[in-house]
Amino acid sequence: MKISFKLNKSPQTVEVADGNTPLLWIIRDVLDLKGTKFGCGKAACGACTIHVNGEAVRSCSYAVKFAEGKEITTIEGLGSEANPHPVQQAWIEEVVPQCGYCQPGFMMAAAAMLEKIPQPTDEDIDNNIINICRCATYYRMRKAIYKAAELQKEAARKIP
Amino acid sequence: MRKYLASLTFLFVTILVLAMAYPIAESEYTPVPEEQEEAPLTDSEAFDQMMAVLTHKRCVNCHPSDNSPKQGEDSHPHRFGVLRGTDNHGMPAVRCNTCHQAENNSFSGVPGAPEWSLAPMSMQWEGLSRTEIAKSMLDRARNGNRSHEDIMHHLTEHELVLWAWEPGVDAEGRPREKPPVPKEAYITAVKAWFDSGAIIPEE
Repeated sequence: MKISFKLNKSPQTVEVADGNTPLLWIIRDVLDLKGTKFGCGKAACGACTIHVNGEAVRSCSYAVKFAEGKEITTIEGLGSEANPHPVQQAWIEEVVPQCGYCQPGFMMAAAAMLEKIPQPTDEDIDNNIINICRCATYYRMRKAIYKAAELQKEAARKIP
Repeated sequence: MRKYLASLTFLFVTILVLAMAYPIAESEYTPVPEEQEEAPLTDSEAFDQMMAVLTHKRCVNCHPSDNSPKQGEDSHPHRFGVLRGTDNHGMPAVRCNTCHQAENNSFSGVPGAPEWSLAPMSMQWEGLSRTEIAKSMLDRARNGNRSHEDIMHHLTEHELVLWAWEPGVDAEGRPREKPPVPKEAYITAVKAWFDSGAIIPEE
């Protein structure tokens, strides 16, 4: 079956034998974007978090057939090296990653939260960012989320 | 001709004698059983069957008495601090459909059905008795102002409710437990209970 969707604003059509194939496998193995990670495969750890129509989604548990007609964003499409997303910028400035494996999922989750809650509290972060980091970089991530919120606010101010 | 008639008479007499000698015993006759209509459920039986389902973990896990969905056969709080949120569909950036889609996912073991969500707080059933659950269902102040007919349709037709009989497998590939009453028997029981006035028995 053919599935068509937009991936990082670019139209894509993939041919799959099984529509229940996890979207994560298509993104990594067929479309060759390796930023999104396979962690637990049970929608528990969040390493595979992407955005589907702007909502955070665990792509290891998202059948590719559901992607038909949707807007998919991965860490590669969140921002660019020249123009990083406020979350990516903050992650760099706060030197968040240790091993780094889970960080794309965290950044996608954080970006989804800031869309809904531009000025999050500690409680908002606790309740909305429930991914898992085995290096326990949670403290630095919290700082980076606050910084990203400020960067996002400043960027909004600059827009005439 | 005479010889032919004699043979015919002999044959007739022989058959008659044999028939008298070996009559078909009545006891050897096996009647084809008549199709019997099942006796209609009594009010009490209908209530028992309906509540055996509604008190099962496949239902109660999503009717929690707090803001934490329950999961698994032991009804533990949903892992990683998943919460109800203001619309019963999760927190702003961790929606139910961050993980749960419109159908079960046998790769990850994540269950799914259309409109996956928690029941509203007014419909919390966790820890309630059968009669308390029934009262909450029929109370328009708590059930979203639904009539008996609305509730009957919800209980017998809503895909999320009927998911209980197709709960898929867990993350280890083990089939989830289904309610103790078959789906068709449950639907019959719910309809029978509402048809007879939705009387909640004393307990």
